[in-house]
Amino acid sequence: MISKDEILHVAELANLKLKDDEVDSFVSQLGKIVDMESNLASVDTDGVEPTYNMGDTSTTFREDKGIHTQTREQMFENVPESEDNLIKVPTIVAKEEDE
Amino acid sequence: MNYLNETIDSLHKKLADKELTSKELTDQTLNGMKDKEKDISAFITVNDDAVKDAEKVDNDGIKGSLSGIPIAIKDNIVSNGIKTTAASKILYNFMPVYSATVLEKLEAAGAINIGKTNMDEFAMGSSTETSYFGDTHNPWNLDTVPGGSSGGSAAAVASGEVIAALGTDTGGSIRQPASFNGIFGIKPTYGRVSRWGVIAFASSLDQVGVMSKRVEDSATVLSAIAGHDEHDSTSSEKEVPDYRANLSKDMTGVRIAVPKEFWHEGTNPEVIAQVNKALETYKKLGATVDEVSLPALKHAVEVYYVLASSEASSNLQRYDGVRYGFRAKDVKNIKDLFVNSRSEGFGTEVKRRIMLGTFALSAGAYDAYFKKAAQVRTLFIEEMNKVLEDHDFIMGPSTTSTAFKIGDKIDDPLAMYMNDILTIPANLAGLPAASVPAGLADGMPVGLQIMARPFNEQAIFNAAYALQEENKFYEQIPTALKGED
Repeated sequence: MISKDEILHVAELANLKLKDDEVDSFVSQLGKIVDMESNLASVDTDGVEPTYNMGDTSTTFREDKGIHTQTREQMFENVPESEDNLIKVPTIVAKEEDE
Repeated sequence: MNYLNETIDSLHKKLADKELTSKELTDQTLNGMKDKEKDISAFITVNDDAVKDAEKVDNDGIKGSLSGIPIAIKDNIVSNGIKTTAASKILYNFMPVYSATVLEKLEAAGAINIGKTNMDEFAMGSSTETSYFGDTHNPWNLDTVPGGSSGGSAAAVASGEVIAALGTDTGGSIRQPASFNGIFGIKPTYGRVSRWGVIAFASSLDQVGVMSKRVEDSATVLSAIAGHDEHDSTSSEKEVPDYRANLSKDMTGVRIAVPKEFWHEGTNPEVIAQVNKALETYKKLGATVDEVSLPALKHAVEVYYVLASSEASSNLQRYDGVRYGFRAKDVKNIKDLFVNSRSEGFGTEVKRRIMLGTFALSAGAYDAYFKKAAQVRTLFIEEMNKVLEDHDFIMGPSTTSTAFKIGDKIDDPLAMYMNDILTIPANLAGLPAASVPAGLADGMPVGLQIMARPFNEQAIFNAAYALQEENKFYEQIPTALKGED
């Protein structure tokens, strides 16, 4: 089970805005999925180390040396809006009258 | 060009003997695609420069076995100057300014990137139906799905549009579509192939692999793309064998483990019959088959969907409409820009996974879900490795059914997730695994899954080759293509 409030809270954390019908279907679908996931509780994992990473390499080191890859112009090819060679975005800090 | 009766070796011979130029081969490939794409829709983008690339290879001279041969690339592998979308609206216009290491390696070997194949959005799905760019159709029955997420790559190979394709596999995304399309597909060991330039889904599970009609062709391609890459610290420094040259079909004394949990009641009996037939073939060739148990398997789907979704929710934070991809219009502030770009840019399944992952990682749920799943994963890895201590292979069906109808499962996420139960184990344990055609059930292909010890891809190629040379499944022409030629 997962409540509508929980769904809305998780959506807020994930930077998602859900339409009303999406909220309803996520309450029901994620509820079922989370119920399935709750079966994990039946496994005895006392003292078992979690596996978060795979692979046989531990931390790898390389020389701290700059490598030239893409140019600034190339990096800007996909930017949706730019001005004076800078990425343009809407207001970050609102003026007081907008609050 | 119809690749159904070709191999990389046969094409290489024609190119090396100058019976055919790479330009001609590429032209013919594009013509064949034009014809078949009407029914199959395996590609999102065709490489407009493919013929030019082929001319360059012709001018430089045909060299190694991949030189001058067109290959299809899944659309979550970035390609310099060729649109790469991961089948998502949020990347509908994304034009990479560099290529993934796997593609650079293929191109260095002279292969031609013929185009980018359809897939489930961000590789999240088992049917290719979550693609923003529409469905792909299975060449064995156009009303059924090609599987997923590498459904476009699988259908392109099975329909003879290309000789081989790259795919990616996070929970079965190469093996399940290979099984559904009657072709071979291998997910190598975690770390065998560089993931630099591969659009991340779940970083502790993702791996790039190969799909082809014939086992030996995947062996050739995997040798070309595998190996250490300084751009990917998870890529292994272990030497890459020449899998093709070392192919052997000798199965004498080989020990095969079959987990009884893989023969569960939910699996289509016709599928089981074909898999049992394949196991009988191995016995005939001198292998022994032992039944084993993997009790943690019943939790595999649970572990996978917590871990994969959690990693995805983190990996997909980068899509915010600022630097590339889809940007929402008419927003007041930066927060709206993030939220609206993501909400309008991601499809439903991707949102569902981000929600599940964000939930599993959130305060209050972390220990019970994320950490717990990571602990059960450890138990699972131990179980699998224990079985492989005294067996060369773990084998079973690749999927619980043959390809299902388009539209049948798309509204039932849990039913869709259960599709992956037999393929997830290899990803959770980082093992190499493949699907090789075993036969037909009610006219649709069935795959045998073969898992082996880490970095033992050679053993998988050998076992798959041994079966292929016995059942000669590659002689079968997909039903929906019959009568065309």
